[in-house]
Amino acid sequence: GIPWPPAEMAWQEVSLFAVHQVAERVEALGQFVMKTRRTLKGHGNKVLCMDWCKDKRRIVSSSQDGKVIVWDSFTTNKEHAVTMPCTWVMACAYAPSGCAIACGGLDNKCSVYPLTFDKNENMAAKKKSVAMHTNYLSACSFTNSDMQILTASGDGTCALWDVESGQLLQSFHGHGADVLCLDLAPSETGNTFVSGGCDKKAMVWDMRSGQCIQSFETHDSDINSVRYYPSGDAFASGSDDATCRLYDLRADREVAIYSKESIIFGASSVDFSLSGRLLFAGYNDYTINVWDVLKGSRVSILFGHENRVSTLRVSPDGTAFCSGSWDHTLRIWA
Amino acid sequence: MTIGGPRGGGQSRLQMPCLGKMERMIVSMQDPDMGIKMRNQRLLITVIPHAMTGNDIVEWLIQKYGISEEESLHLGNLIVRHGYIYPLRDPRSLVLRADESPYRFQTPYFWTSTKWPATELDYAIYLAKKNIRKQGDLIEHEKDNYNLLHKRINHTWDFVVMQAREQLRAAKQRRKGDRIVIDCQEQAYWLVNRPPPGAPNVLEQGPERRNCHTTRVQLAKNMDYYKREIEYCRKAMARTRVKSSICLEGYLKFNEQYVPHDPIMSGCLPSNPWITDDTTYWAMNAPTVTTPTKLRVERWGFNFSELLMDPLGRAQLLEFLKKEFSAENLSFWEACEELRYGEQSRINEIVDSIYQQFLAPGATRWVNIDSKTMERTLEGIKTPHRYVMDDAQMHIYMLMKKDSYPRFLKSELYRNLLAEAVIPPETKKRVFPFMRKQRHSSPSPALLLPAGDTEAKGEEKSRSPAAVPEEES
Repeated sequence: GIPWPPAEMAWQEVSLFAVHQVAERVEALGQFVMKTRRTLKGHGNKVLCMDWCKDKRRIVSSSQDGKVIVWDSFTTNKEHAVTMPCTWVMACAYAPSGCAIACGGLDNKCSVYPLTFDKNENMAAKKKSVAMHTNYLSACSFTNSDMQILTASGDGTCALWDVESGQLLQSFHGHGADVLCLDLAPSETGNTFVSGGCDKKAMVWDMRSGQCIQSFETHDSDINSVRYYPSGDAFASGSDDATCRLYDLRADREVAIYSKESIIFGASSVDFSLSGRLLFAGYNDYTINVWDVLKGSRVSILFGHENRVSTLRVSPDGTAFCSGSWDHTLRIWA
Repeated sequence: MTIGGPRGGGQSRLQMPCLGKMERMIVSMQDPDMGIKMRNQRLLITVIPHAMTGNDIVEWLIQKYGISEEESLHLGNLIVRHGYIYPLRDPRSLVLRADESPYRFQTPYFWTSTKWPATELDYAIYLAKKNIRKQGDLIEHEKDNYNLLHKRINHTWDFVVMQAREQLRAAKQRRKGDRIVIDCQEQAYWLVNRPPPGAPNVLEQGPERRNCHTTRVQLAKNMDYYKREIEYCRKAMARTRVKSSICLEGYLKFNEQYVPHDPIMSGCLPSNPWITDDTTYWAMNAPTVTTPTKLRVERWGFNFSELLMDPLGRAQLLEFLKKEFSAENLSFWEACEELRYGEQSRINEIVDSIYQQFLAPGATRWVNIDSKTMERTLEGIKTPHRYVMDDAQMHIYMLMKKDSYPRFLKSELYRNLLAEAVIPPETKKRVFPFMRKQRHSSPSPALLLPAGDTEAKGEEKSRSPAAVPEEES
């Protein structure tokens, strides 16, 4: 963001979405009903992370006890399962081809497992150790192909890796504390990503040069989750300070805060609906709050989980979203 | 359940900013004017002062925060579970009931944020007191913990018992009402800090953050670091920032365009598979279909990226470019993508292939790049790396976007696609809504071979793969 506000900017209002400007231009949201349509039971411990497959129905999820499961969440069948040699698998990701998954956690690594249906083959045998950090792995994501992975770590850095060789392609230094989350930009020229950390900063990086392009520091506590707005011009963040915020990259500042006095627990995971009109946020108070991104108001609160919501992602075609919780289950909402 | 309790000690407190907020809530709940009206509550024959009912709590939260009863009960329950309010009746269950059940505010002495972490010694004294009072008749898990502690801190056990006896003696001096209250307060505190097996542990945190300074990658504050910082600040100051009003327009336009395409906002036809168990929507919007839906074809008109990123759209674009004799642009762009996101080991190979096909003089699929970019690129490929084609790729991308794409949208090809695109009819409501439709599985992408073999293999393996037994790593 702006390193320090020059005098002429002091008069600008904090929120971009001045209520009177938006209210008349944007239709009100009607009655909002979303229910749990599937409950995935099978993890024996806290679910920490999940990711969707591009086929819009399969997902991968990881948990505290080291288990990583691939489900067809439409039928709720488990299709693959592997147990990692470490606990607290905080990161997992589905490869774009749908043929592999990546995961990691307290082992400080990110490993890639090709998915196989061959009963004679042990999934763990083909495991590839790709990323090596000096502290826990908090997030990982494939880029546009199965052959590159971007990771975030408690060691304060992010890194880009070549999957096949395990070679470090680029590292990203700048966070002053643990990096907890990342998201790749959907931009057409696909060259940037955003990360959030315990230093309360959200930083936007150039993947090619490793340089930080923009940085935003308005949260009061750890940033647990960052997600780009579908146009790529902005991103949302969820933090332990119980707020979610929207940062505009072109205006180079925070443009909206999503908070309510009655919400006092941290937001652990955020994602947008397909049009970016709704922001779904999972919280440490076991609930999911649905926010109207443009009006800044809360549209709905979803109950159901019996412990913290730790992960939340909207499906690739926007028909549903999946939430994972410390209550050992995942839920699909639509 | 370990005796040691939650890990992290003082560090963990930083991970719970919610405690401070909860405490402010508690304080405003006790505000003499705006807070909950407290009264005496009768507990059998004893009268407990400064108490309230579960209903009072729920009502107050509803009024104060403008939330629903469900949300209020949920929030109230969290407050009770964190030990800031405790029940007088049935004190072993930290649950908020929206009825006449009596509750009280926990004394700040026992607030989670004040007395954290709970020490083994304190817990031992507490259990010892209980043990003495109940003459050995402790609840199972407390008995286990007692025995474990007895073993573990055996060397201080005399002190523990002495303290326990002293505290019990002091308690006897108090009025019965006070004694009950102090017992409840203490019990609530221990329910939070040493939850019985099966009860949720609200103090549990994830892995410690900000803990490993030795494994932190230190930012060496040398010349390079400061050079980068200066560069960053210079760029930041020079950056043109877009005016708020323009940004706002951007959001409004995007919202208007995309909301009709957002299944959660606008529904989807024929129906949302997750709601009706009918996968027709997915079948009709599969990556390759003969007749795409109207919404999909319309979306290709939003921006070039939408057309390019949809495999079907891209195929149509290719058809159009062939007609214009500029199909090599798309192929070149795709080859550059393969370079950017490909394996490190294949870089030289891919760069060479691109050069031969698209850049070399006399190449069969020569792409028309401006001379400056061409010169730079040819120079760059002498030391190939994954970004060596970036400039050329950008040039061709912009060419397609600014030049070919607008023509595509006006073309007969596209207009025909729009005209022939289908609007799926809405799924009729089933006659017997209680009979759930069978949920069929789909072939896993992990089974499908690369394009060409896809359909054959897909059909072969259309049965659901049996659940694979778990494999140890």
